[in-house]
Amino acid sequence: MNPNYYLVLSVILFTIGVLGFLLRRNAIVAFMSIELMLNATNLAMVNFSHVHGNLDGQVGTLMVMVVAAAEVVVGLAIIVTIFRTRRSASVDDANLLKY
Amino acid sequence: MYLLETVVNPVAATGLFQWAWLMIAIPLVVSGLLMVSGKIADAWGHLLATLAVIASFVIGLVLFLDLLGRTEADRAVRVSMWELFSTPTFTFRTDLLVDQLSILFVLLITGVGALIHVYSIGYMAHDERRRRFFAYLNLFIAAMLTLVLADNYLLLFFGWEGVGLASYLLIGFWQHRKSAAVAAKKAFVVNRVGDMGMAMAMFIMLTQLGTVNFAEVNERVSGMSSGMVTLLGLLILVGACGKSAQVPLQSWLLDAMEGPTPVSALIHAATMVTAGVYLVVRSHAVYAQTPTAALVVAIVGTVTLLFGAWIGTSKDDIKKVLAGSTMSQIGYMMLAAGLGPIGTAFAIFHLITHGFFKANMFLGAGSVMHGMDDDVDMRHYGALAKAMPITFATFAMGYLAIIGFPGTAGFFSKDHIIEAAFDKGLWFGLLALLGAGVTAYYMTRLMMMTFFSNKRWREGVHPHESPLVMTIPLMVLAVMSIIAGALMNNWIGGWLATSTGFHPHEMSLFKVTPIGWLTMAVVAVGVVIGWWLHKSDVSDTVPATRNPLVIAGRNDLYGDAFNEAVFMRPGQGLVSGLDSFDRTVVDGAVMGSAGVFGGLSTGLRRLQNGYARSYALTMVAGVLLVAVVLYLGRLA
Repeated sequence: MNPNYYLVLSVILFTIGVLGFLLRRNAIVAFMSIELMLNATNLAMVNFSHVHGNLDGQVGTLMVMVVAAAEVVVGLAIIVTIFRTRRSASVDDANLLKY
Repeated sequence: MYLLETVVNPVAATGLFQWAWLMIAIPLVVSGLLMVSGKIADAWGHLLATLAVIASFVIGLVLFLDLLGRTEADRAVRVSMWELFSTPTFTFRTDLLVDQLSILFVLLITGVGALIHVYSIGYMAHDERRRRFFAYLNLFIAAMLTLVLADNYLLLFFGWEGVGLASYLLIGFWQHRKSAAVAAKKAFVVNRVGDMGMAMAMFIMLTQLGTVNFAEVNERVSGMSSGMVTLLGLLILVGACGKSAQVPLQSWLLDAMEGPTPVSALIHAATMVTAGVYLVVRSHAVYAQTPTAALVVAIVGTVTLLFGAWIGTSKDDIKKVLAGSTMSQIGYMMLAAGLGPIGTAFAIFHLITHGFFKANMFLGAGSVMHGMDDDVDMRHYGALAKAMPITFATFAMGYLAIIGFPGTAGFFSKDHIIEAAFDKGLWFGLLALLGAGVTAYYMTRLMMMTFFSNKRWREGVHPHESPLVMTIPLMVLAVMSIIAGALMNNWIGGWLATSTGFHPHEMSLFKVTPIGWLTMAVVAVGVVIGWWLHKSDVSDTVPATRNPLVIAGRNDLYGDAFNEAVFMRPGQGLVSGLDSFDRTVVDGAVMGSAGVFGGLSTGLRRLQNGYARSYALTMVAGVLLVAVVLYLGRLA
């Protein structure tokens, strides 16, 4: 198969992730959008690995997955805590940290 | 040739001369001791200080007798001390030079100094800070000896500043009086102007001659360009004017009378103020190369001798009359020093006799004040001859000496100067002669107002004679005022010939020249006028007058007004201008740029709005921007 297709799919997934993060207020959805962007990146890197015939991209992918897993743990914990105290999962409500 | 004769190469010190530095060290150490020792030394500090000066005097006397026994060529002795510092180009040493000129000064400083120390024991007896007073006096003696014993201008400058410091401390000794504190500050500031001239003169010596050593400067100065040597002479004169209160730097001396009277006698009459004359005479080889600068010295001297005499005629404060008189007499010395080889030795001769009779009269004035409850106004005196017989008798001898009564010290020294002035130019001679007449007038006025005429004592004042500890120094000085002239008249010219470039000629004790007769006549006129105007009733208040001469004299010839108008006001204007420039322009630029950045950051921080999604949008925009730039970069 033409490797460009994977790359196009990756761009589409990443764009969906970006738009989802920018447009949706729900913290869980924003979180999922981030995961989507990360995985789009993973896809691109695995594709590059295939194209170049070496393992660099796959190593990077593994790194991203590890970081994403750790991030999910911390991020979900924060979201749950904010929800408990403020009864809201909207990212726009958590706006106290500003000028 | 005159120049070659005067280049003296000092011989190395042997025997006693190796200990010449003790003359400086003893008073210096005692001074330091008295300053740090606290109340323990209150009981004996003044005695120790007096002994220190006497010790220096004895050393000086021994060295003097040794020099007397030597031949002319061996009379300048260099006492090798240590190297102060050296650069690749210059070496500065702290060597001392004991020669005919400096040993005379040593004897004057320590001799008169010792007498004044003794006098001060009585005069300052009731002052609770007497120990400190003596510490300062000893500091002065040490600094003044450094000044005259130095064998180069740099070490001389150390002493020069040292006496300036001691003068400052002693003028302001009663610092609780505002007038004394202000006078001390004024003396210090005016002296800085002179010191600047002195420092610049040394810079010229270093750049042009590569040395500040007296002997080397004298030797090499003939190789300098005439413009530079004139500048050098004028700068040395500026230094001398500051220290010796010559016009135009005269204004501090009258105010300096705020100090205790022994200080006025020692520092502001007998020794320190004559340092300028010493400097000019020491630099005689420079002035031999530059007739212009020498002429300026003579003019400054002539102007000052009239200036001081004028002030002396119109003051009622006894110390200020004497201060004006001091200025005037130093003017005579400057005039003589500026006359060149015919006058230098006379300058020193008059300096020494003046040291005796002026110290005598200042101490006498102190004795009068002591009996009159520290009143200095002569309009409150009168008829004190009977109440204070010893003070009167000694003062009268000083009086005879200063007006130049035949046979007294001033008669010989001043007449020589007037004659030398006539040799130089008719105007110098006539003005010096006029000065002698005015001197006779104002001194007679002082005598009449103080010791004769009617009693004008304030209530509760009971004039009494001072204790012996004060009157004995007066007696010694009075005797010296009478005999010093006759003692030295035939001797001093030859003695100083090598160190001052003086041409000795026959000076008779008894033969009076036509100019001598003329001087005596002028002096007699001055005395008669002074006697006639003050022989009976003198007002005890200052009489109103519309005579512009008198008004100008009472205002110190507007010296302060001149300084204020020419230096102080423009200086204040400049400073306030600079101040407002600093406030508006400099501060404006700093505060303005701070304001710009402050405003900018106030605007920028609005971006930090707390909405995570807007941050994300910013990031996306940034990434897109970078991508676009990279893409365009690849296209290009």
